[in-house]
Amino acid sequence: MIELWNSLPVLIQILLKITAIILPLLGLVAYYTYAERKVIGYMQVRIGPNRVGWRGLLQPIADAVKLLMKEIVIPTKADKTLFLLAPMIAIAPALAVWAVFPFDEGLVLADINAGLLYILALSSLGVYGIIIAGWASNSKYALLGALRSAAQMVAYEIAMGFALVGVLVAAGSLNLGDIVMAQQGNLFTWFWLPLLPLFGVYLISGVAETNRAPFDVAEGESEIVAGFHVEYSGMAFAVFFLAEYANMVLISALTALLFLGGWLSPLPAGWIEANWLLGDGFHWLLLKTFFFMFLFLWLRATFPRYRYDQIMRLGWKVFIPITIVWILVVALAVVYRLPPWWSA
Amino acid sequence: MAEKFLFYVFALITVWASVMVITRKNPVHSVLFLVLAFVTSAALWVLLEAEFLGIVLILVYVGAVMVLFLFVVMMLDVDLAALRAGFVQNLPLAGLVAAVMAVEILLIVGPGNFGLDAFPKPEPLGVEVSNTRELGLLLYTVYIYPVEIAAVILLLAIVAAIRLTLRRRPDNKAVDPAQQVRVRKGVDRVRLVKMAAEDVAPAAVDKGDTQ
Repeated sequence: MIELWNSLPVLIQILLKITAIILPLLGLVAYYTYAERKVIGYMQVRIGPNRVGWRGLLQPIADAVKLLMKEIVIPTKADKTLFLLAPMIAIAPALAVWAVFPFDEGLVLADINAGLLYILALSSLGVYGIIIAGWASNSKYALLGALRSAAQMVAYEIAMGFALVGVLVAAGSLNLGDIVMAQQGNLFTWFWLPLLPLFGVYLISGVAETNRAPFDVAEGESEIVAGFHVEYSGMAFAVFFLAEYANMVLISALTALLFLGGWLSPLPAGWIEANWLLGDGFHWLLLKTFFFMFLFLWLRATFPRYRYDQIMRLGWKVFIPITIVWILVVALAVVYRLPPWWSA
Repeated sequence: MAEKFLFYVFALITVWASVMVITRKNPVHSVLFLVLAFVTSAALWVLLEAEFLGIVLILVYVGAVMVLFLFVVMMLDVDLAALRAGFVQNLPLAGLVAAVMAVEILLIVGPGNFGLDAFPKPEPLGVEVSNTRELGLLLYTVYIYPVEIAAVILLLAIVAAIRLTLRRRPDNKAVDPAQQVRVRKGVDRVRLVKMAAEDVAPAAVDKGDTQ
């Protein structure tokens, strides 16, 4: 088996690896939409989808088939090229980011030194899909949604970037694998504790970056119908949807990786030898990611939409000062080797 | 070989996108082509093993500066006909300026200053050398004064821009969030009033009887 793998050309090997990442990811995204409808359904004392398949488990597939069959309507006087290009621009960075994501020790497609920067740079490109969609649609609602989203994403990207600067100072590396290994120890040596304010800022900025409730003013269906994708139908709309959910999965996985020790096991060292399930491994990363993915749905079912000026205030006047102060604190702690995190 | 091929692909896209930036009629298209030119330039830098610079170019220019640019351009109500009205009569002067600038650029960016003699091909560094670390060390030791001067100039620009646009508006009804948060339940928001029960409306009583 290994000989057969090694005999393949490198390009084919890389393509196969990409497929092995993207296919499960898209499956996860499809069933995330199902989970969202179920979870929010139960939170609102409803049952959620339960007609297609056992307990509605085939619902995402039925949705996909329905959307594939639908006509893609292009509005009059819309910029046709950009209109069709926008969904692709939205989803491409959401998928390309996974190239540097480590799933276990050494299990990564491209183990580059500047992994954290790469992720930050690519996730900052996601906003183009939204802006271009809003402008190319030739619709007032879409343009309003796009402008709101642009202002919001630029504001929260700064807070998010500063939170990541804190992580990089604490870990002393931009390589995602090294960042996880720097958190080794136990539950309390993970970065969530020494970087607690940054952890909070990162998580909330992540919700704002993905334009999810309570920061979903870019869609704001009660004010501007559906915001930037109001004119989209069929598969073009579905691609926007996929991009949004892929981004949510990414933010969840990154939070788990950067602040909760990724694939590291929270259990004490003695237990780890007892069973491989208790030791470090991909399943821990998955568990932590699922927790944050659930948090996204929980937040949506709990909070009403933020007012626009309050979103801006939170981003610029609260989060950015917090992150700047805490970067200083972390830098001092690293320089003076504050135990137990930086004692070595 | 593959590197050379990639270089030509990205270089050609960069040149093409740059030409499109100045020839498109719609300013939004121009901005988007400028974004494309930035992205391919970043790819060229990555080919030169300057991956930190390449990624930061995307992060700062594409991810933030151009988004705000696009933001402004989309809000402009551009009158395309008015923009092109003086094209013919301005052409000679514009052509002259363009020619002078082209000559200047050619004088500087010629093989004399940038050839292999002036800049011999650098030794490729090993994978263990971290671009980010080396740049950081240089910036905060050897080049600390230029960095600080640049930082102060940027701060000055921020303060000036805010001062120029900041104005008090008397009709502004914004509420101080700190005050909003400090609201006391049952005192500032809702007032409970005790009152005697009113008589039931006669019509309702009639209906109740017939049932």
